Amino acid sequence: MSVPPLPEVPAVAAPTPAAMVAKQPSAAPLLPRPRRGGLMPWVIAILIALVVVAAAGGLALRNLAANARADLAAAVTVQVIEPNPDLRSQRGAAAVGVLRGIDLVRAVRLVPESELAALLEPWLGAAATSGDVPIPVLIDVTLTRKASPAEIAAIETRLAARIPGARVEAQSEVLKPVYRALAALQWLALGLIVLVALATAAAVWLAARNALAQHRETVEILHLLGGTDSQITRIFLAAVLREAAFGAMVGTALGLGAVWLLGQQFAALDSGMAGGGALMLADWLAIAAVPLAGVLLALATARMTIALALKDML
Amino acid sequence: MNERSGEIVKFDNVGLRYGTDPEVLSNLSFTLYPGSFYFLTGASGAGKTSLLKLLYLAQRPSRGAIRMFGQDLMTMPRERLPGLRRQLGVVFQNFRLVPHLTAFDNVALPLRLAGADEGRVTKAVSDMLEWVGLAHRGQAIPATMSGGEQQRVAIARAVIARPRMLIADEPTGNVDPEMALKLLRLFEALNNRVGTTVVVATHDVHLLKKVPDSLIMRLSKGQLSDPTGALRFPPRPSGAPGGRA
Ligand SMILES: Nc1ncnc2c1ncn2[C@@H]1O[C@H](COP(=O)(O)OP(=O)(O)O)[C@@H](O)[C@H]1O
Ligand SMILES: [Mg+2]
Repeated sequence: MSVPPLPEVPAVAAPTPAAMVAKQPSAAPLLPRPRRGGLMPWVIAILIALVVVAAAGGLALRNLAANARADLAAAVTVQVIEPNPDLRSQRGAAAVGVLRGIDLVRAVRLVPESELAALLEPWLGAAATSGDVPIPVLIDVTLTRKASPAEIAAIETRLAARIPGARVEAQSEVLKPVYRALAALQWLALGLIVLVALATAAAVWLAARNALAQHRETVEILHLLGGTDSQITRIFLAAVLREAAFGAMVGTALGLGAVWLLGQQFAALDSGMAGGGALMLADWLAIAAVPLAGVLLALATARMTIALALKDML
Repeated sequence: MNERSGEIVKFDNVGLRYGTDPEVLSNLSFTLYPGSFYFLTGASGAGKTSLLKLLYLAQRPSRGAIRMFGQDLMTMPRERLPGLRRQLGVVFQNFRLVPHLTAFDNVALPLRLAGADEGRVTKAVSDMLEWVGLAHRGQAIPATMSGGEQQRVAIARAVIARPRMLIADEPTGNVDPEMALKLLRLFEALNNRVGTTVVVATHDVHLLKKVPDSLIMRLSKGQLSDPTGALRFPPRPSGAPGGRA
Protein backbone atom coordinates (compact mmCIF):
# COMPACT_ATOMS: atom_id res chain seq x y z
CA MET A 1 0.00 0.00 0.00
CA SER A 2 1.38 3.41 -0.90
CA VAL A 3 1.80 5.72 2.01
CA PRO A 4 0.31 9.19 1.66
CA PRO A 5 2.95 11.91 1.58
CA LEU A 6 1.97 13.71 4.74
CA PRO A 7 4.08 16.75 5.46
CA GLU A 8 6.02 17.10 8.69
CA VAL A 9 4.06 18.93 11.31
CA PRO A 10 3.55 22.70 11.02
CA ALA A 11 -0.18 22.81 11.52
CA VAL A 12 -0.39 19.94 13.97
CA ALA A 13 1.09 21.94 16.79
CA ALA A 14 -1.89 23.51 18.50
CA PRO A 15 -1.55 27.26 18.08
CA THR A 16 -1.61 29.23 21.28
CA PRO A 17 -4.04 32.17 21.26
CA ALA A 18 -1.08 34.58 21.10
CA ALA A 19 0.50 32.73 18.18
CA MET A 20 -2.86 32.67 16.42
CA VAL A 21 -3.15 36.42 16.61
CA ALA A 22 0.42 36.94 15.49
CA LYS A 23 0.29 34.49 12.58
CA GLN A 24 -0.37 36.23 9.31
CA PRO A 25 -1.91 34.30 6.47
CA SER A 26 0.75 34.06 3.82
CA ALA A 27 0.75 36.36 0.86
CA ALA A 28 -0.69 33.58 -1.27
CA PRO A 29 -4.28 34.23 -2.27
CA LEU A 30 -6.93 33.09 0.18
CA LEU A 31 -9.73 35.08 -1.39
CA PRO A 32 -10.25 35.52 -5.09
CA ARG A 33 -9.50 38.85 -6.70
CA PRO A 34 -12.90 40.47 -7.17
CA ARG A 35 -14.13 40.41 -10.71
CA ARG A 36 -14.26 43.90 -12.11
CA GLY A 37 -17.72 43.20 -13.50
CA GLY A 38 -19.35 44.41 -10.30
CA LEU A 39 -21.32 47.67 -10.44
CA MET A 40 -20.47 48.76 -6.94
CA PRO A 41 -16.98 50.22 -7.59
CA TRP A 42 -18.45 52.27 -10.41
CA VAL A 43 -21.29 53.58 -8.26
CA ILE A 44 -18.71 54.58 -5.67
CA ALA A 45 -16.60 56.16 -8.42
CA ILE A 46 -19.49 58.31 -9.63
CA LEU A 47 -20.42 59.41 -6.12
CA ILE A 48 -16.83 60.26 -5.23
CA ALA A 49 -16.57 62.24 -8.48
CA LEU A 50 -19.67 64.22 -7.50
CA VAL A 51 -18.29 64.94 -4.03
CA VAL A 52 -15.00 66.09 -5.55
CA VAL A 53 -16.76 68.43 -7.99
CA ALA A 54 -19.09 69.82 -5.31
CA ALA A 55 -16.21 70.30 -2.88
CA ALA A 56 -14.07 72.05 -5.50
CA GLY A 57 -17.01 74.25 -6.51
CA GLY A 58 -17.84 75.16 -2.92
CA LEU A 59 -14.22 75.98 -2.09
CA ALA A 60 -13.84 78.08 -5.27
CA LEU A 61 -16.99 80.03 -4.40
CA ARG A 62 -15.73 80.62 -0.90
CA ASN A 63 -12.40 81.95 -2.21
CA LEU A 64 -14.20 84.07 -4.75
CA ALA A 65 -16.43 85.71 -2.15
CA ALA A 66 -13.54 86.24 0.28
CA ASN A 67 -11.31 87.84 -2.38
CA ALA A 68 -14.05 90.04 -3.77
CA ARG A 69 -14.93 91.29 -0.34
CA ALA A 70 -11.30 92.12 0.47
CA ASP A 71 -10.90 93.96 -2.85
CA LEU A 72 -14.09 95.91 -2.77
CA ALA A 73 -14.53 97.04 0.76
CA ALA A 74 -11.39 99.14 0.36
CA ALA A 75 -12.74 100.97 -2.67
CA VAL A 76 -15.55 103.42 -3.41
CA THR A 77 -16.97 104.94 -6.54
CA VAL A 78 -17.81 108.61 -6.76
CA GLN A 79 -20.47 109.73 -9.19
CA VAL A 80 -21.08 113.32 -10.23
CA ILE A 81 -24.32 113.89 -12.09
CA GLU A 82 -24.61 117.07 -14.08
CA PRO A 83 -26.29 117.45 -17.50
CA ASN A 84 -24.11 120.37 -18.63
CA PRO A 85 -20.93 118.79 -20.06
CA ASP A 86 -18.64 121.71 -19.26
CA LEU A 87 -19.84 122.07 -15.71
CA ARG A 88 -19.66 118.31 -15.40
CA SER A 89 -15.97 118.07 -16.21
CA GLN A 90 -15.26 121.06 -13.98
CA ARG A 91 -16.98 119.43 -11.07
CA GLY A 92 -15.30 116.16 -11.81
CA ALA A 93 -11.88 117.80 -11.59
CA ALA A 94 -12.91 119.55 -8.38
CA ALA A 95 -14.07 116.27 -6.88
CA VAL A 96 -10.71 114.68 -7.70
CA GLY A 97 -9.02 117.56 -5.90
CA VAL A 98 -11.19 117.16 -2.81
CA LEU A 99 -10.65 113.41 -2.74
CA ARG A 100 -6.87 113.78 -3.00
CA GLY A 101 -7.01 115.87 0.15
CA ILE A 102 -8.58 113.12 2.21
CA ASP A 103 -6.21 110.95 4.35
CA LEU A 104 -8.19 107.78 3.88
CA VAL A 105 -7.81 107.99 0.10
CA ARG A 106 -4.81 106.27 -1.44
CA ALA A 107 -5.48 106.65 -5.18
CA VAL A 108 -7.98 108.43 -7.35
CA ARG A 109 -8.71 107.69 -10.95
CA LEU A 110 -11.09 109.74 -13.05
CA VAL A 111 -12.62 107.31 -15.49
CA PRO A 112 -12.17 108.93 -18.95
CA GLU A 113 -15.40 109.78 -20.71
CA SER A 114 -14.39 107.73 -23.75
CA GLU A 115 -14.02 104.63 -21.54
CA LEU A 116 -17.43 105.21 -20.03
CA ALA A 117 -18.95 105.76 -23.42
CA ALA A 118 -17.45 102.52 -24.66
CA LEU A 119 -18.83 100.76 -21.60
CA LEU A 120 -22.28 102.15 -22.19
CA GLU A 121 -22.37 101.83 -25.94
CA PRO A 122 -23.78 98.32 -25.99
CA TRP A 123 -26.69 99.61 -23.92
CA LEU A 124 -27.27 103.04 -25.32
CA GLY A 125 -26.04 102.68 -28.89
CA ALA A 126 -24.82 105.77 -30.71
CA ALA A 127 -26.49 107.95 -28.08
CA ALA A 128 -23.68 107.10 -25.70
CA THR A 129 -21.15 109.06 -27.72
CA SER A 130 -23.41 111.69 -29.24
CA GLY A 131 -23.61 113.73 -26.08
CA ASP A 132 -27.41 113.62 -26.17
CA VAL A 133 -27.50 111.39 -23.15
CA PRO A 134 -25.92 112.88 -20.06
CA ILE A 135 -23.21 110.59 -18.80
CA PRO A 136 -22.15 111.01 -15.19
CA VAL A 137 -18.58 111.49 -14.12
CA LEU A 138 -17.21 108.37 -12.50
CA ILE A 139 -14.21 108.37 -10.17
CA ASP A 140 -12.65 105.14 -8.88
CA VAL A 141 -11.27 105.73 -5.41
CA THR A 142 -8.94 103.30 -3.66
CA LEU A 143 -8.82 103.64 0.11
CA THR A 144 -5.82 102.96 2.31
CA ARG A 145 -7.86 100.36 4.25
CA LYS A 146 -11.34 99.02 4.61
CA ALA A 147 -13.65 101.83 5.55
CA SER A 148 -16.70 101.74 7.78
CA PRO A 149 -20.04 103.02 6.44
CA ALA A 150 -19.67 106.07 8.70
CA GLU A 151 -16.26 106.95 7.19
CA ILE A 152 -17.69 106.59 3.70
CA ALA A 153 -20.60 108.86 4.69
CA ALA A 154 -18.05 111.44 5.92
CA ILE A 155 -16.35 111.42 2.52
CA GLU A 156 -19.69 112.02 0.91
CA THR A 157 -20.42 114.97 3.22
CA ARG A 158 -17.07 116.63 2.39
CA LEU A 159 -17.65 116.16 -1.31
CA ALA A 160 -21.26 117.35 -1.27
CA ALA A 161 -20.24 120.57 0.50
CA ARG A 162 -18.15 121.58 -2.55
CA ILE A 163 -19.70 119.66 -5.41
CA PRO A 164 -23.45 119.46 -5.79
CA GLY A 165 -24.70 116.21 -7.21
CA ALA A 166 -21.74 114.11 -5.95
CA ARG A 167 -22.59 110.65 -4.65
CA VAL A 168 -20.31 108.10 -3.00
CA GLU A 169 -21.07 104.42 -3.32
CA ALA A 170 -19.16 101.69 -1.61
CA GLN A 171 -18.62 99.07 -4.29
CA SER A 172 -19.52 96.38 -1.79
CA GLU A 173 -22.98 97.93 -1.61
CA VAL A 174 -23.39 97.57 -5.33
CA LEU A 175 -22.33 93.96 -5.15
CA LYS A 176 -24.44 92.93 -2.17
CA PRO A 177 -26.87 90.90 -4.27
CA VAL A 178 -23.88 89.14 -5.85
CA TYR A 179 -22.57 88.24 -2.38
CA ARG A 180 -25.93 86.91 -1.42
CA ALA A 181 -26.00 84.80 -4.54
CA LEU A 182 -22.47 83.54 -3.83
CA ALA A 183 -23.42 82.68 -0.26
CA ALA A 184 -26.49 80.82 -1.47
CA LEU A 185 -24.35 78.89 -3.96
CA GLN A 186 -21.94 77.96 -1.19
CA TRP A 187 -24.78 76.63 0.91
CA LEU A 188 -26.02 74.72 -2.11
CA ALA A 189 -22.58 73.17 -2.60
CA LEU A 190 -22.40 72.24 1.07
CA GLY A 191 -25.86 70.68 0.93
CA LEU A 192 -24.87 68.73 -2.17
CA ILE A 193 -21.70 67.50 -0.50
CA VAL A 194 -23.67 66.30 2.53
CA LEU A 195 -26.29 64.54 0.39
CA VAL A 196 -23.78 62.89 -1.91
CA ALA A 197 -21.58 61.92 1.05
CA LEU A 198 -24.61 60.20 2.60
CA ALA A 199 -25.30 58.40 -0.68
CA THR A 200 -21.63 57.37 -0.83
CA ALA A 201 -21.79 56.01 2.70
CA ALA A 202 -24.88 54.01 1.75
CA ALA A 203 -23.21 52.69 -1.42
CA VAL A 204 -20.12 51.70 0.54
CA TRP A 205 -22.28 49.95 3.11
CA LEU A 206 -24.06 48.05 0.33
CA ALA A 207 -20.69 47.24 -1.23
CA ALA A 208 -19.46 45.74 2.04
CA ARG A 209 -22.63 43.64 2.38
CA ASN A 210 -22.38 42.67 -1.24
CA ALA A 211 -18.76 41.60 -0.76
CA LEU A 212 -19.77 39.51 2.26
CA ALA A 213 -22.60 37.86 0.30
CA GLN A 214 -20.17 37.13 -2.51
CA HIS A 215 -17.53 35.70 -0.16
CA ARG A 216 -19.80 34.22 2.52
CA GLU A 217 -19.07 30.59 1.60
CA THR A 218 -15.33 31.30 1.53
CA VAL A 219 -15.50 33.07 4.88
CA GLU A 220 -17.34 30.09 6.39
CA ILE A 221 -14.86 27.60 4.94
CA LEU A 222 -11.87 29.56 6.28
CA HIS A 223 -13.65 29.73 9.63
CA LEU A 224 -14.23 25.97 9.72
CA LEU A 225 -10.64 25.25 8.69
CA GLY A 226 -9.41 27.08 11.79
CA GLY A 227 -9.02 30.60 10.44
CA THR A 228 -9.14 33.13 13.28
CA ASP A 229 -11.48 36.11 13.22
CA SER A 230 -8.57 38.45 12.67
CA GLN A 231 -7.18 36.37 9.78
CA ILE A 232 -10.57 36.26 8.08
CA THR A 233 -11.22 39.95 8.74
CA ARG A 234 -7.87 40.89 7.22
CA ILE A 235 -8.52 38.83 4.11
CA PHE A 236 -12.01 40.26 3.74
CA LEU A 237 -10.87 43.83 4.26
CA ALA A 238 -8.20 43.36 1.61
CA ALA A 239 -10.93 42.36 -0.85
CA VAL A 240 -13.12 45.35 0.04
CA LEU A 241 -10.11 47.67 -0.03
CA ARG A 242 -9.39 46.67 -3.63
CA GLU A 243 -12.94 47.54 -4.72
CA ALA A 244 -13.19 50.77 -2.75
CA ALA A 245 -9.73 51.98 -3.75
CA PHE A 246 -10.56 51.32 -7.38
CA GLY A 247 -13.82 53.28 -7.10
CA ALA A 248 -12.19 56.12 -5.20
CA MET A 249 -9.33 56.42 -7.67
CA VAL A 250 -11.55 56.41 -10.75
CA GLY A 251 -13.99 58.81 -9.05
CA THR A 252 -11.25 61.23 -8.06
CA ALA A 253 -9.82 61.18 -11.57
CA LEU A 254 -13.27 61.89 -13.06
CA GLY A 255 -14.00 64.63 -10.54
CA LEU A 256 -10.63 66.34 -10.97
CA GLY A 257 -11.02 66.14 -14.75
CA ALA A 258 -14.36 67.94 -14.50
CA VAL A 259 -12.92 70.53 -12.10
CA TRP A 260 -9.97 71.14 -14.45
CA LEU A 261 -12.29 71.63 -17.43
CA LEU A 262 -14.44 74.10 -15.47
CA GLY A 263 -11.29 75.90 -14.33
CA GLN A 264 -10.19 76.28 -17.96
CA GLN A 265 -13.55 77.77 -18.87
CA PHE A 266 -13.38 80.32 -16.06
CA ALA A 267 -9.76 81.15 -16.80
CA ALA A 268 -10.81 81.90 -20.39
CA LEU A 269 -13.20 84.53 -19.03
CA ASP A 270 -10.07 86.40 -17.90
CA SER A 271 -12.11 88.33 -15.40
CA GLY A 272 -10.63 89.53 -12.15
CA MET A 273 -13.52 88.06 -10.27
CA ALA A 274 -13.23 84.53 -11.69
CA GLY A 275 -9.49 84.64 -10.92
CA GLY A 276 -10.40 85.19 -7.28
CA GLY A 277 -11.93 81.72 -7.22
CA ALA A 278 -8.62 79.90 -7.80
CA LEU A 279 -8.06 76.90 -5.49
CA MET A 280 -5.28 77.12 -2.89
CA LEU A 281 -3.02 74.30 -1.73
CA ALA A 282 -5.18 73.80 1.35
CA ASP A 283 -8.21 73.42 -0.93
CA TRP A 284 -6.48 70.75 -3.00
CA LEU A 285 -5.56 68.91 0.19
CA ALA A 286 -9.21 69.04 1.30
CA ILE A 287 -10.27 67.63 -2.08
CA ALA A 288 -7.64 64.88 -1.82
CA ALA A 289 -9.16 63.94 1.53
CA VAL A 290 -12.45 63.04 -0.21
CA PRO A 291 -11.33 59.69 -1.74
CA LEU A 292 -9.30 58.91 1.38
CA ALA A 293 -12.37 59.41 3.54
CA GLY A 294 -14.33 57.23 1.11
CA VAL A 295 -11.84 54.36 1.41
CA LEU A 296 -11.66 54.68 5.21
CA LEU A 297 -15.44 54.64 5.38
CA ALA A 298 -15.48 51.50 3.22
CA LEU A 299 -12.99 49.78 5.50
CA ALA A 300 -14.84 50.75 8.68
CA THR A 301 -18.14 49.56 7.23
CA ALA A 302 -16.61 46.32 5.99
CA ARG A 303 -15.02 45.68 9.38
CA MET A 304 -18.41 46.07 11.07
CA THR A 305 -20.11 43.84 8.50
CA ILE A 306 -17.61 41.01 8.85
CA ALA A 307 -17.54 41.29 12.64
CA LEU A 308 -21.32 40.86 12.76
CA ALA A 309 -21.16 37.89 10.37
CA LEU A 310 -18.39 36.18 12.35
CA LYS A 311 -20.25 36.70 15.61
CA ASP A 312 -23.05 34.57 14.13
CA MET A 313 -20.65 31.68 13.54
CA LEU A 314 -19.68 29.38 16.38
CA MET B 1 -4.27 15.10 28.28
CA ASN B 2 -6.93 13.25 26.29
CA GLU B 3 -4.62 10.31 25.69
CA ARG B 4 -4.11 10.00 29.41
CA SER B 5 -7.82 10.17 30.12
CA GLY B 6 -8.32 7.71 27.25
CA GLU B 7 -10.82 9.74 25.30
CA ILE B 8 -10.70 12.13 22.39
CA VAL B 9 -14.37 13.09 22.30
CA LYS B 10 -17.03 12.63 24.92
CA PHE B 11 -20.72 13.37 24.37
CA ASP B 12 -22.93 13.53 27.44
CA ASN B 13 -26.68 13.46 26.84
CA VAL B 14 -26.39 15.69 23.81
CA GLY B 15 -29.45 16.90 21.90
CA LEU B 16 -29.67 19.06 18.78
CA ARG B 17 -32.62 20.85 17.26
CA TYR B 18 -32.74 23.37 14.44
CA GLY B 19 -34.81 26.38 15.44
CA THR B 20 -38.08 25.20 16.93
CA ASP B 21 -38.16 21.91 15.01
CA PRO B 22 -38.19 18.66 17.00
CA GLU B 23 -34.75 17.35 17.94
CA VAL B 24 -32.80 15.75 15.08
CA LEU B 25 -30.37 14.25 17.58
CA SER B 26 -31.47 13.06 21.01
CA ASN B 27 -29.73 11.77 24.12
CA LEU B 28 -26.38 11.09 22.52
CA SER B 29 -23.89 9.79 25.07
CA PHE B 30 -20.72 8.18 23.79
CA THR B 31 -16.95 8.36 23.86
CA LEU B 32 -14.51 8.27 20.94
CA TYR B 33 -11.07 6.87 21.69
CA PRO B 34 -7.81 8.04 20.22
CA GLY B 35 -6.48 6.11 17.28
CA SER B 36 -9.74 4.36 16.47
CA PHE B 37 -11.50 4.14 13.13
CA TYR B 38 -15.25 4.79 13.29
CA PHE B 39 -17.96 4.46 10.68
CA LEU B 40 -21.12 6.45 11.28
CA THR B 41 -23.97 4.82 9.37
CA GLY B 42 -27.64 5.48 9.01
CA ALA B 43 -30.24 6.19 6.37
CA SER B 44 -30.38 9.50 4.64
CA GLY B 45 -31.89 12.06 7.02
CA ALA B 46 -30.92 10.06 10.11
CA GLY B 47 -28.76 12.93 11.38
CA LYS B 48 -25.23 11.88 10.35
CA THR B 49 -24.27 15.28 8.99
CA SER B 50 -25.77 16.97 12.04
CA LEU B 51 -23.68 14.81 14.37
CA LEU B 52 -20.53 15.51 12.36
CA LYS B 53 -21.26 19.26 12.49
CA LEU B 54 -21.16 19.01 16.26
CA LEU B 55 -17.84 17.17 15.96
CA TYR B 56 -16.20 19.66 13.62
CA LEU B 57 -17.39 22.63 15.69
CA ALA B 58 -19.79 24.15 13.17
CA GLN B 59 -22.75 23.78 15.48
CA ARG B 60 -23.43 24.08 19.19
CA PRO B 61 -25.63 21.39 20.76
CA SER B 62 -29.04 22.50 22.04
CA ARG B 63 -28.43 20.60 25.25
CA GLY B 64 -25.94 18.30 26.91
CA ALA B 65 -22.17 18.56 27.13
CA ILE B 66 -19.30 17.83 24.76
CA ARG B 67 -15.63 17.44 25.62
CA MET B 68 -12.93 17.33 22.97
CA PHE B 69 -9.21 16.69 23.43
CA GLY B 70 -9.87 16.81 27.16
CA GLN B 71 -11.43 20.25 27.10
CA ASP B 72 -14.97 21.31 27.83
CA LEU B 73 -16.43 22.81 24.64
CA MET B 74 -19.40 24.28 26.44
CA THR B 75 -17.35 26.68 28.54
CA MET B 76 -14.54 27.26 26.06
CA PRO B 77 -14.16 30.90 24.96
CA ARG B 78 -14.79 31.47 21.29
CA GLU B 79 -11.23 32.65 20.57
CA ARG B 80 -9.87 29.21 21.44
CA LEU B 81 -12.02 27.31 18.97
CA PRO B 82 -9.76 27.97 15.92
CA GLY B 83 -6.96 26.22 17.81
CA LEU B 84 -9.18 23.14 18.14
CA ARG B 85 -10.39 23.30 14.56
CA ARG B 86 -6.80 23.23 13.32
CA GLN B 87 -6.39 19.82 14.90
CA LEU B 88 -9.32 18.51 12.89
CA GLY B 89 -9.42 17.49 9.25
CA VAL B 90 -12.85 17.71 7.67
CA VAL B 91 -14.22 16.38 4.41
CA PHE B 92 -17.53 18.22 4.08
CA GLN B 93 -20.57 16.55 2.59
CA ASN B 94 -20.53 18.85 -0.46
CA PHE B 95 -16.73 19.32 -0.36
CA ARG B 96 -16.94 23.06 0.28
CA LEU B 97 -13.93 23.89 -1.81
CA VAL B 98 -13.27 27.63 -2.07
CA PRO B 99 -14.78 28.21 -5.50
CA HIS B 100 -12.28 30.76 -6.79
CA LEU B 101 -9.13 29.04 -5.60
CA THR B 102 -7.24 26.42 -7.59
CA ALA B 103 -7.02 22.83 -6.41
CA PHE B 104 -3.51 23.60 -5.21
CA ASP B 105 -4.54 26.66 -3.20
CA ASN B 106 -7.50 24.79 -1.70
CA VAL B 107 -5.27 21.98 -0.46
CA ALA B 108 -2.76 24.55 0.81
CA LEU B 109 -5.36 26.41 2.91
CA PRO B 110 -4.87 24.61 6.25
CA LEU B 111 -1.08 24.95 6.04
CA ARG B 112 -1.27 28.62 5.09
CA LEU B 113 -3.80 29.42 7.82
CA ALA B 114 -1.37 27.80 10.25
CA GLY B 115 1.40 30.03 8.96
CA ALA B 116 3.56 27.36 7.32
CA ASP B 117 6.32 28.77 5.14
CA GLU B 118 5.61 28.75 1.43
CA GLY B 119 8.46 26.43 0.45
CA ARG B 120 7.10 23.69 2.69
CA VAL B 121 3.55 24.35 1.49
CA THR B 122 4.55 23.94 -2.16
CA LYS B 123 6.31 20.66 -1.54
CA ALA B 124 3.64 19.17 0.70
CA VAL B 125 0.73 20.16 -1.52
CA SER B 126 2.43 18.94 -4.70
CA ASP B 127 3.18 15.57 -3.13
CA MET B 128 -0.36 15.26 -1.79
CA LEU B 129 -1.96 16.17 -5.13
CA GLU B 130 0.23 13.61 -6.83
CA TRP B 131 -0.79 10.99 -4.33
CA VAL B 132 -4.51 11.53 -4.93
CA GLY B 133 -3.81 11.46 -8.68
CA LEU B 134 -4.39 15.15 -9.33
CA ALA B 135 -0.84 16.37 -9.98
CA HIS B 136 -1.91 17.56 -13.42
CA ARG B 137 -4.98 19.38 -12.06
CA GLY B 138 -3.27 21.62 -9.51
CA GLN B 139 -4.16 24.82 -11.34
CA ALA B 140 -7.77 23.84 -12.08
CA ILE B 141 -10.56 25.64 -10.24
CA PRO B 142 -13.35 23.54 -8.69
CA ALA B 143 -16.00 24.46 -11.26
CA THR B 144 -13.93 22.82 -13.99
CA MET B 145 -13.36 19.59 -12.04
CA SER B 146 -15.50 16.46 -11.93
CA GLY B 147 -17.27 15.49 -8.70
CA GLY B 148 -14.69 12.80 -8.07
CA GLU B 149 -11.81 15.20 -8.59
CA GLN B 150 -13.35 17.76 -6.25
CA GLN B 151 -13.82 15.05 -3.66
CA ARG B 152 -10.16 14.08 -3.85
CA VAL B 153 -9.13 17.73 -3.46
CA ALA B 154 -11.40 17.97 -0.41
CA ILE B 155 -9.81 14.86 1.08
CA ALA B 156 -6.29 16.09 0.34
CA ARG B 157 -7.14 19.35 2.10
CA ALA B 158 -8.56 17.47 5.10
CA VAL B 159 -5.46 15.33 5.68
CA ILE B 160 -2.64 17.67 4.58
CA ALA B 161 -2.04 19.03 8.10
CA ARG B 162 -1.98 15.59 9.78
CA PRO B 163 -5.07 16.18 11.91
CA ARG B 164 -5.56 14.50 15.29
CA MET B 165 -9.08 13.65 14.21
CA LEU B 166 -10.35 13.21 10.67
CA ILE B 167 -14.08 13.74 10.08
CA ALA B 168 -15.43 12.77 6.68
CA ASP B 169 -19.04 13.11 5.52
CA GLU B 170 -19.80 10.60 2.76
CA PRO B 171 -16.25 10.97 1.43
CA THR B 172 -16.52 8.27 -1.22
CA GLY B 173 -19.92 9.13 -2.64
CA ASN B 174 -18.67 10.57 -5.91
CA VAL B 175 -15.77 8.32 -6.85
CA ASP B 176 -15.59 4.93 -8.51
CA PRO B 177 -15.12 1.88 -6.25
CA GLU B 178 -11.43 1.69 -7.02
CA MET B 179 -10.80 5.29 -5.98
CA ALA B 180 -13.09 4.83 -2.97
CA LEU B 181 -10.90 1.98 -1.80
CA LYS B 182 -7.75 4.02 -2.35
CA LEU B 183 -9.13 6.91 -0.32
CA LEU B 184 -10.14 4.54 2.46
CA ARG B 185 -6.56 3.25 2.47
CA LEU B 186 -5.38 6.85 2.89
CA PHE B 187 -7.60 7.22 5.93
CA GLU B 188 -6.32 3.92 7.28
CA ALA B 189 -2.71 4.94 6.76
CA LEU B 190 -3.37 8.19 8.59
CA ASN B 191 -5.03 6.19 11.32
CA ASN B 192 -2.23 3.62 11.57
CA ARG B 193 0.86 5.70 11.09
CA VAL B 194 -0.08 9.07 12.51
CA GLY B 195 -2.57 7.84 15.09
CA THR B 196 -5.35 10.04 13.72
CA THR B 197 -8.79 9.18 15.00
CA VAL B 198 -11.07 8.73 11.98
CA VAL B 199 -14.83 9.21 11.79
CA VAL B 200 -16.39 8.43 8.41
CA ALA B 201 -20.11 8.93 7.81
CA THR B 202 -21.53 6.73 5.07
CA HIS B 203 -24.77 5.12 4.08
CA ASP B 204 -22.81 2.58 2.01
CA VAL B 205 -22.71 -0.59 4.09
CA HIS B 206 -20.26 -2.22 1.69
CA LEU B 207 -17.63 0.25 2.79
CA LEU B 208 -17.76 -0.99 6.39
CA LYS B 209 -16.30 -4.35 5.53
CA LYS B 210 -13.33 -2.75 3.78
CA VAL B 211 -11.80 -1.61 7.07
CA PRO B 212 -11.74 -4.74 9.20
CA ASP B 213 -11.08 -3.24 12.61
CA SER B 214 -13.46 -0.35 12.23
CA LEU B 215 -16.08 0.42 14.84
CA ILE B 216 -19.63 1.16 13.87
CA MET B 217 -21.99 3.82 15.19
CA ARG B 218 -25.50 3.58 13.81
CA LEU B 219 -27.87 6.53 13.76
CA SER B 220 -31.56 6.01 13.37
CA LYS B 221 -34.00 8.88 13.72
CA GLY B 222 -31.54 10.81 15.81
CA GLN B 223 -30.82 7.94 18.21
CA LEU B 224 -27.46 6.23 18.38
CA SER B 225 -26.81 2.54 18.66
CA ASP B 226 -23.48 0.74 18.58
CA PRO B 227 -23.76 -2.80 17.29
CA THR B 228 -20.06 -3.42 17.92
CA GLY B 229 -20.38 -2.22 21.48
CA ALA B 230 -17.37 -0.11 20.85
CA LEU B 231 -18.71 3.11 22.27
CA ARG B 232 -19.07 1.90 25.79
CA PHE B 233 -15.58 0.52 26.34
CA PRO B 234 -12.19 1.50 25.12
CA PRO B 235 -12.06 -0.74 22.05
CA ARG B 236 -8.42 -1.67 22.01
CA PRO B 237 -6.20 -0.68 24.84
CA SER B 238 -3.44 -2.89 23.39
CA GLY B 239 -0.84 -2.02 20.77
CA ALA B 240 1.36 0.90 19.93
CA PRO B 241 -0.09 4.45 20.08
CA GLY B 242 -2.63 4.60 17.34
CA GLY B 243 -1.45 1.28 15.88
CA ARG B 244 -4.09 -1.28 15.24
CA ALA B 245 -2.64 -4.69 14.57
N1 LIG C 1 -29.71 23.47 8.81
C1 LIG C 1 -30.80 22.74 9.03
N2 LIG C 1 -31.96 23.34 9.38
C2 LIG C 1 -33.07 22.62 9.62
N3 LIG C 1 -33.13 21.29 9.54
C3 LIG C 1 -32.01 20.62 9.19
C4 LIG C 1 -30.80 21.31 8.93
N4 LIG C 1 -29.85 20.39 8.61
C5 LIG C 1 -30.45 19.19 8.68
N5 LIG C 1 -31.74 19.31 9.05
C6 LIG C 1 -32.68 18.22 9.25
O1 LIG C 1 -32.09 17.33 10.19
C7 LIG C 1 -32.35 15.99 9.85
C8 LIG C 1 -31.04 15.24 9.75
O2 LIG C 1 -30.32 15.71 8.62
P1 LIG C 1 -28.82 15.33 8.36
O3 LIG C 1 -28.07 15.53 9.60
O4 LIG C 1 -28.37 16.06 7.15
O5 LIG C 1 -28.93 13.77 8.06
P2 LIG C 1 -28.02 12.81 7.16
O6 LIG C 1 -26.69 13.47 7.01
O7 LIG C 1 -27.95 11.54 7.92
O8 LIG C 1 -28.69 12.64 5.85
C9 LIG C 1 -33.13 16.02 8.53
O9 LIG C 1 -34.49 15.86 8.85
C10 LIG C 1 -32.88 17.40 8.02
O10 LIG C 1 -33.98 17.84 7.28
MG1 LIG D 1 -25.61 13.95 5.36
